[in-house]
Amino acid sequence: MNKTAVHEPLVRVIKRDTISLKKKLLIRACAIIFALIIDAVFIYFVTGLNPLGVYQAMIRGTFSTKMRFSWAMRDLASLLLIGIALAPAFRMHFWNIGAEGQVLMGALATAAVMIYYGGRVPSWMLYSAMLAASIFAGALWGFIPAWFKAHFNTNETLFTLMMNYVAIQLVSCSVTIWRGQASSLGKLNVKTKAGWFPSIWGQRYTINLIVVAILTVAMYCYLRYSKHGYEISVVGESENTARYAGINVKHVIIRTMILSGALAGLTGFLIVGGRDQAISTGTAGGNGFTAIIVAWLAKFNTFIMALISFLLIFLEKGAAEIASTYNLNDFASDIIAGIILFCILGSEFFIHYQAVFRGHADKEVC
Amino acid sequence: MKKLIALLVTAILCLTAFAALAEVKIGAVMLGDETEGYTLAHINGIKEAAEKLGIEVLWKYKVPEDQTCYDSALDLIGQGCNLIVSNSYGHQSYMALAAEEFPDVTFLAMTGDFAALSGLDNLKNAFTRIYESRYVSGVVAGMKLAELLETGELSPEKQPNSFDADGNVKIGYVGAFSYAEVVSGYTAFFLGIRSIVPNVAMEVMYTNSWCDIDKEGAAAEALISKGCVIIGQHADSTGAPAATQKLHDAGNVCYSVGYNVDMLPTAPSAALTSATNVWAVCYTELFSAMQNGEALPSDWAKGYDDGAVAITELGSSCAAGTAEKVAEVEAALRDGTLNVFDTSTFTVNGETVTSVPCDMTIMDFATNSVLYAGETYEGIVDGAFKESTFRCAPYFALRIDGIVEDVE
Repeated sequence: MNKTAVHEPLVRVIKRDTISLKKKLLIRACAIIFALIIDAVFIYFVTGLNPLGVYQAMIRGTFSTKMRFSWAMRDLASLLLIGIALAPAFRMHFWNIGAEGQVLMGALATAAVMIYYGGRVPSWMLYSAMLAASIFAGALWGFIPAWFKAHFNTNETLFTLMMNYVAIQLVSCSVTIWRGQASSLGKLNVKTKAGWFPSIWGQRYTINLIVVAILTVAMYCYLRYSKHGYEISVVGESENTARYAGINVKHVIIRTMILSGALAGLTGFLIVGGRDQAISTGTAGGNGFTAIIVAWLAKFNTFIMALISFLLIFLEKGAAEIASTYNLNDFASDIIAGIILFCILGSEFFIHYQAVFRGHADKEVC
Repeated sequence: MKKLIALLVTAILCLTAFAALAEVKIGAVMLGDETEGYTLAHINGIKEAAEKLGIEVLWKYKVPEDQTCYDSALDLIGQGCNLIVSNSYGHQSYMALAAEEFPDVTFLAMTGDFAALSGLDNLKNAFTRIYESRYVSGVVAGMKLAELLETGELSPEKQPNSFDADGNVKIGYVGAFSYAEVVSGYTAFFLGIRSIVPNVAMEVMYTNSWCDIDKEGAAAEALISKGCVIIGQHADSTGAPAATQKLHDAGNVCYSVGYNVDMLPTAPSAALTSATNVWAVCYTELFSAMQNGEALPSDWAKGYDDGAVAITELGSSCAAGTAEKVAEVEAALRDGTLNVFDTSTFTVNGETVTSVPCDMTIMDFATNSVLYAGETYEGIVDGAFKESTFRCAPYFALRIDGIVEDVE
């Protein structure tokens, strides 16, 4: 046999079977240090600022005052809850790209109830109606693509994506009607504050934090310990296996997407009632897409999702603070935050794969 | 030695002068950033005023008209700001919420309309009398139109499309939203043109956005294809002037009148001028009042008289004699001999307007309820509509004869 035929490349990439926790943490730590070094080069040479000062500003974005930390938690709550909503769908390998639209539909339903029933019914009834309407609207936006997927095997990625645009247009149209002759809609029910969440410990979004904390645990248990969670995993791995095991695949797909949509709709309710008391096409703020990263990176473990959500929010707040402190254009500060995120995402590769150099093949586990 | 003493004395004087002034720290909540004409004009105005008075400014850019505005205001207060300035109308309701919670901080909601009615002592509004400079920019356009008609460059024979059935020359206007601020602006612009060329008709197209470069460009193109010769605008981007320049280069007879910023870099031969606010005048006056410990007025509205509005540099395409005419009109606006909304210059449904009840009440249109109850004033005083008098934000909302709005 020709020698070149067995010529080994300098580096080969192979999948790791297992990796120790220590090694995992080490790789992540290296990634962060690497990111900070690249950022320092960028900050020094492109913006001409002192990197250490910029990093301090970044930390200040979340940690400098109690209020900022509290806002970071509030924004984390919205992002994390959408991640939780996406988890069962993605676990089932149903690519729900439509969380943005599902959140918006929940928010729109909440806002509509606030506008048309605010001050006209007792408040317990108003809150219940807002909750029910948001869950129904979100669930409907999840059900439609799921039904088509289950019965006609339509492509759920495109379908859910398109549903986002329908939701955005519906919100845009409703806002135009509601704002009347004013140039913007502003807060809903400013005078009566009907439908605004009550202030607990000085904040209206305290309820949001509590709900998200509960659902983080609940979703973890649902996916890991319940029969439904098991069915979702099996359908996700192989539909044929699921069928063989006597699982009604159509039923599971539709049920799971209704759950996913309903939770996204619930997020819309919490955002409108507890955080914004307003509605616009920016209510979901792109979190419907960012949450996909959250859910994937955490491998659907809701506790890790909380950590990743925190990281993303920290970077976002940090970037804003850098822009404000140094009067930088926010594109520059987004690049700084982006480099960190990129390196952390990139480190996932080295956690799942390893590079094997020529001549070291003996170390390879076959 | 003398120099040293002089220096010392000056230093002491400066110190005592500063000691007498109240500490002011400004938090600026801006809708856009320096890449956007409208916000850029505010940034420059605030910077100029703050530098002159030696005041520190903290900035928040790209703040949308939502909860972010409230958060930004609170964050700036946390950093020690005691005067929060927001530059967009939609910021106002969030500023009001923050104003309720922080009675010691002053909130200046630029272009807002309900400070006086809100019952909050620390919420203020300010707006320039921009309609005055729109009128003057209309005069510039009118001069151009007169020249085009005189030289025969524009005639019913050559451009039949540019004249309506009654022989009026067609004018176009790209507006943001169909509400009083825009109506007041385009009416002033139209009356400015008509003070030079009596037989004109204007069509207004709305983009339903304050800043959308594509929609503004498309609206300008549509208007020019309908035959419009002058394109005015009340929208923030360079979309309309750019589109006008393109069609101007393609051989159409069309010229642009911009807003906020000089459009000559975008449209060197198609731009005539732009109506603009001189925000520095407004900010300097209000910031220094803060420093002196004076209460700010609930509504601040000034125009040509105080140099708070202007038009930008005249383009090379402007008609001969434009500068002289502009100076004459500006002087008349300053000394009050010229009223932009003189009722003898326009009609509504064919009749001269003698009475306009102006209700200052602010409505919540979503629930159709009263947000802040306001008085109703008589708008016509001594044969002219009193704009920006009962509050600073414009409230002229009459649809006068000669102007058609496109309703989508």
